[in-house]
Amino acid sequence: MTEPAVVITGLKKSFGPLEVLKDIDLTVASGEVVCIIGPSGSGKSTMLRCVNLLEEPSGGKIVVNGVEMTDPDVDIDSARTKIGMVFQSFNLFAHLSVINNLTVAQRKVLKRGEKEAEEIARHNLERVGLTDKANAMPAQLSGGQQQRVAIARALSMSPEVMLFDEPTSALDPELVGDVLGVMRQLADEGMTMLVVTHEMQFAREVADKVLFMDGGYVVEQGPAAEVIGNPQHDRTKSFLARVLNPTHQDPTD
Amino acid sequence: MALSKRQRAKAFRGVQYGILVVVIVVFAFVADWGTIKRAFFDFEVMSKLFPDVIFVALKNTIIYTALGFTVGLVLGLVLALMKLSPVPPYRWIATIYIEFFRGIPALLVFIAFNFGIPLAFQVRFDNLTTVTIALAIVGAAYMAETIRAGIQAVPKGQIEAARSLGMSQGRTMATVVIPQAFRIILPPLTNELIMLTKDSSLIYLIGVQYEQLELTKFGRDAMNQYRGMTPILVAGALYLIITLPLGYLSRRLERHTGGKKVS
Repeated sequence: MTEPAVVITGLKKSFGPLEVLKDIDLTVASGEVVCIIGPSGSGKSTMLRCVNLLEEPSGGKIVVNGVEMTDPDVDIDSARTKIGMVFQSFNLFAHLSVINNLTVAQRKVLKRGEKEAEEIARHNLERVGLTDKANAMPAQLSGGQQQRVAIARALSMSPEVMLFDEPTSALDPELVGDVLGVMRQLADEGMTMLVVTHEMQFAREVADKVLFMDGGYVVEQGPAAEVIGNPQHDRTKSFLARVLNPTHQDPTD
Repeated sequence: MALSKRQRAKAFRGVQYGILVVVIVVFAFVADWGTIKRAFFDFEVMSKLFPDVIFVALKNTIIYTALGFTVGLVLGLVLALMKLSPVPPYRWIATIYIEFFRGIPALLVFIAFNFGIPLAFQVRFDNLTTVTIALAIVGAAYMAETIRAGIQAVPKGQIEAARSLGMSQGRTMATVVIPQAFRIILPPLTNELIMLTKDSSLIYLIGVQYEQLELTKFGRDAMNQYRGMTPILVAGALYLIITLPLGYLSRRLERHTGGKKVS
């Protein structure tokens, strides 16, 4: 058996007196797609951001592809090149064209040559269906296109794990499908993915495992069909009832 | 007969125009046009000022300003980074520098570098060095605050994206933050260039040779020589040739970047 891609043990994170993550354990096998769901403020984004140390954990251990991220002596920049991240607000470099967004880190961080970097960039633009936008500036693209470019930018670093932090939450509803389509294709190709999302349909169809978080804890985890289709905990049930049927009013609320 | 509010406003405006017309007419009759023309618009003197006023004075003003601005920009960037440093003493030094040099007249800095420091340390700077250092020191104090504000205006998500791609803190600053910060601060930076253009006139108190004269000193020397205001007027017009387009550019850039959100 190959070693797991991500192992999180006893993860804790506090912002001052506010304890956001209380005790998180999670193991993600290589090639697995894990969707993390939960109400806002449950700590799911914070957990994801701890994986590549955008947030410094207050306690616990995180190992990604055998590299202990929480080791104070780790070469964090080099470790991050193997972990792609996609943000809710895209965060494309506003001053660079699409193609340069995809090549800048390849060249300056991975020290790839200009030709190689551009080849890889174009290949990844093709994967997200935006070959014709190579020379556009980010501001000229729709939100959905920007997010697909952001995915291509992360992929251009040839990562082993991809983190998605609510990748479709800032998009107009009609643009969500394109982005989810790209993510689904990525999952089919065998990419290890951690996805914080509110797209239950996507989680149900694509995820190998679904994690329900609330109040800084993992309340429930398991195969998508079980967690979403047949939740065991009351908190999971009431959350899913509210998300899947927003007009429904829970009398106990 | 009582006037309505609107009639009164109209009458009042009429009176204002009337006063203006009277003043202009009286001035036109009283003024000694011959003397005014001789003092301000003496074409004979003007023709004698050319071509040196362009190829010596205007050229030197531009050279001094460009040198001072360039060195000042680099120094200002260093100060801005110091001001944002996590190491407190760097922040203190930058703050003291900025507050000090923004608070004293630029003229004082020129005096210090031309007379004070050479006297105290037994060193001698050539004039170009003096002007460049003095302008850079003063300009840097203003530019540092502008650059700092620009760096802080770059959205945090840009930094997170760069770091998540494996860029180090310094690499992120150089390739992502600073280029975007400069886009944001281009309009105020243009204003600081205008300010330095005018401050370059302070070289007048340094004894410079003819080929080092800039507009103000050139105009002043010529004024003494030709006994009239014309050279000063010409010098002033040439300053405007530099500063008005820059001001226009600054407003254009402001409109260009101001309306659109950088994200």
